[in-house]
Amino acid sequence: MTISANLALAYPEIILAVGALALLVLGAFMPKQTSLVATGGVAVLLAAAVASATQPFGVAFGGGLIADAAATFAKVAIYVASAVAIPLGQPWFERRGVKTFEFPVLILLSALGMGMMASSGDLISLYVGVELSSLALYVLAAMHRDNAKASEAGLKYFVLGALSSGLLLYGASLVYGFAGSTLYADIAKAAGAEANTGLLFGLIFVICGLAFKVSAAPFHMWTPDVYEGAPTPVVAFFAAAPKLAAMMLFARVLADGFTDAVAQWQQVLVALALISVAVGAFGGLVQKNLKRLWAYSSIANIGYAVLGLASGTSEGVQAMLVFMILYMVDVTGFFACLAALSRQGKAMETIDDMAGLVKERRGLALAMTVFSLSALGLPPFSGFWAKYVVFKAAIDAGLWGPAVIGLVGSVVAAFYYLRLIKVMWFDGSAGATDKPPMEAKAIGLTAAVFAFPVVLVAITWLNPLAARAAQALGLA
Amino acid sequence: MPLLSLITYAPLVGVAGILILRAFAKDEARGVEATRWIAFVTTLATLALSVLLVAQFDASNPGFQFVEEAPWFAGLHYRMGVDGISVLFVLLTAFLMPICIAASWKSIETRVHEYMVAFLILETLVIGVFCALDLVVFYIFFEFGLVPMFLIIGIWGGARRVYAAFKFFLYTLLGSVLMLAAILFMIGTSGTSSIPELMQYGFSPEAQTWLWLAFFASFAVKMPMWPVHTWLPDAHVEAPTAGSVFLAGILLKMGGYGFMRFSLPMFPDASHQFTPLIFALSVIAVIYTSLVAFRQTDVKKLIAYSSVAHMGLVTMGIFSGNAEGEQGAIYQMLSHGVISGALFLCVGVIYDRMHTREIKFYGGLVQRMPWYAAVFLLFTMGNVGLPGTSGFVGEILSMTGVYQVSTWTAILAATGVILSAVYMLTLYRSVVFGTIENPKLQTITDLEWREVAIFTPLIIATLWMGVQPNIVFNLTDASVDQLVRVYQAAIGG
Repeated sequence: MTISANLALAYPEIILAVGALALLVLGAFMPKQTSLVATGGVAVLLAAAVASATQPFGVAFGGGLIADAAATFAKVAIYVASAVAIPLGQPWFERRGVKTFEFPVLILLSALGMGMMASSGDLISLYVGVELSSLALYVLAAMHRDNAKASEAGLKYFVLGALSSGLLLYGASLVYGFAGSTLYADIAKAAGAEANTGLLFGLIFVICGLAFKVSAAPFHMWTPDVYEGAPTPVVAFFAAAPKLAAMMLFARVLADGFTDAVAQWQQVLVALALISVAVGAFGGLVQKNLKRLWAYSSIANIGYAVLGLASGTSEGVQAMLVFMILYMVDVTGFFACLAALSRQGKAMETIDDMAGLVKERRGLALAMTVFSLSALGLPPFSGFWAKYVVFKAAIDAGLWGPAVIGLVGSVVAAFYYLRLIKVMWFDGSAGATDKPPMEAKAIGLTAAVFAFPVVLVAITWLNPLAARAAQALGLA
Repeated sequence: MPLLSLITYAPLVGVAGILILRAFAKDEARGVEATRWIAFVTTLATLALSVLLVAQFDASNPGFQFVEEAPWFAGLHYRMGVDGISVLFVLLTAFLMPICIAASWKSIETRVHEYMVAFLILETLVIGVFCALDLVVFYIFFEFGLVPMFLIIGIWGGARRVYAAFKFFLYTLLGSVLMLAAILFMIGTSGTSSIPELMQYGFSPEAQTWLWLAFFASFAVKMPMWPVHTWLPDAHVEAPTAGSVFLAGILLKMGGYGFMRFSLPMFPDASHQFTPLIFALSVIAVIYTSLVAFRQTDVKKLIAYSSVAHMGLVTMGIFSGNAEGEQGAIYQMLSHGVISGALFLCVGVIYDRMHTREIKFYGGLVQRMPWYAAVFLLFTMGNVGLPGTSGFVGEILSMTGVYQVSTWTAILAATGVILSAVYMLTLYRSVVFGTIENPKLQTITDLEWREVAIFTPLIIATLWMGVQPNIVFNLTDASVDQLVRVYQAAIGG
């Protein structure tokens, strides 16, 4: 394969890498032009999304980079989600006196890493992608550097993230040692239907490392603290796109690298899923801070996504992808609403702050109600369809026991979503709120309209797209 | 013309009207008045459409009519249709709705726009439940109904409204998620989500047992059956009057409807196998909750417990599996929808005047409110099941049906009728008869024209259904016969 043929398959990555570096140079020479850099960042991300949607499929760089329907599906979603994060975050930071041009650049670099994760075909490109995206995320979490909590969040995220990278790398080295190759395709051949103990040992470590990244319990400890401390628009970003990238990677490693050993990793994933659902449901009950609450909600939701993957079928992967897309819209929208709300310049972050919000900010309160009901899994909101496809896949794969437990977990979690709705609708107002910034409000409301009613139409084309993506992976 | 979709979504036109009005109305007081009228006219229009539906309904056809079908995604379809079992529930919903709106005319003063919007959405959802012919479409309507009801109880309810709203929501949600698991399994196994097709699918007896239990979890809570009935008294007591009317009149019927639509035809073997369980729970419900009702000090709670007891007769009738039982159950549900709704309205009348529901507070109302006493008496008698009222027809038929299957169950259930007379007459005596002892009651006024207008259609329905039950049976006969025939064939009886 010629170098140009290799590069042709990496257009989206090249656009992002070149774009990020160019914007960095632009910012270095014109530090005042932050809005220009931000606009440029959005343009580069959208260009990369178009490039990945239109690129030819194939395998490049000796199997390290795969361009297929699955990669395209994930990358378009990741790039668009990242593009939304820039207009949400940049003005937010500038209003708080952090007028830096690095924010869009870091988002771009992180998106580049995530794109690589979605496309990775061997353990080396996997690790490079994970590290590139994570390093950018650590910095983003600590962007608000005068804020002690944000710095703490960044540090915590970094230390635990580094630990998980260590686990991942250790697992990868074990897999390489026993399989003799880092390519997923070769690993699959070496593993067969019954992977040997060494290989399995390595796989477990890789799974643990990835579970850290998607914040699946019992590797979720960092999530509530980081969500609470990090700036709200940054949370809106890293609760969405990186989760999809990591889940995509998860699916790739398991489906391409351990295709026939389904029975061996299925039980691990079921355990992860159920522990996550339980931790998310029960842990959220006692939370007072909304960002922490939504951290637990995300742990539970990742549990459902992992359950989809645990089905070990193509339908399961498809369900997981649909779930992640719908979940991303919900979570971005919720944090955008949260970023839009403040009272006398102070961010409203506790549940009590939301008292009587429906009288103060009707649109935002309605949007947050929609997100809560959606996260609760109530039809006809998007969260219901997300759960619907996942549980359908799980039950079709014979995992009806875990599915029932997951469903009952969602009833426990319903309590805290209802509490938020109760506070917003039933209680008296806790005082006037500031006029919400246009961009955050617009993103929040758009996401709410997607969660209902657009989803009823969107699901009809999202589902076949996810099906095509899932068929690109190795599972039957 | 897609008549069913038209009926289902007609209330949403009113919602749109209210939202537009709210966005543009300058004068708050006039805006509120206009909102009430919009809601009222919308519900009347829906009622007119439902009457049209019943008029066009072909009673000789046992299958589904007015069927609408459009493909959706992943094999799901948007399917609507009614048969003899569901068509009258659509009418009942549309019939009670304008009454609910009219009953809230004066008693709801705060956040009127939201209130009316919640009620109209609720109407759409409930009619959708009775019309849906696709499992997932059914589930959407069934489940989303929790939200408007949660808000109605939580915002406009009484002192412990938050507790009641949560209890209502979480109880019903737990039941429904198990049903969702069953629905997913059914779609996965049979490859279709169409209710008519699933009725003929024939699940294996082992699968039927589990599926039946999952559906039972949901419908038993909705019904509600003993021992999962405890959300009902709380929700009733705290809900505003119209909320109680809707809850007792219509939402409870979704459970019974579900048993007839799903449990019996789709899982006949399991239904047969679990009939003793249903009978036992129903008998306990009838006797136990009647006794509990007798001890209540709150008028609304008493009527709420009486609803549980009456629903016990309904579940018995449904699972008797013969034509009398099914007809009786349907009739009992329709009649209870009218009578219990009317009873809650009766409570609302005195609550609006005195703002208490304590039985002890009242006494001697007949001295000041003769018309009210007469109306209340009629519905008390209806609830007791006096011949000549609609309550009698349903009770006698369900018990006839049950008697053929289990004599003892029927005998024990019959004691419920006596007990209901005990608590209802006690209630009536202490509230209405005697002399006025409480000085606050000296100035209480009799029914005003608005209240008379609300009660008139309910009185007519109660009496008409009491002396002319055939108006209902003509419509339900064909579908019930088919249901019973298929069920009996499946269980080999």
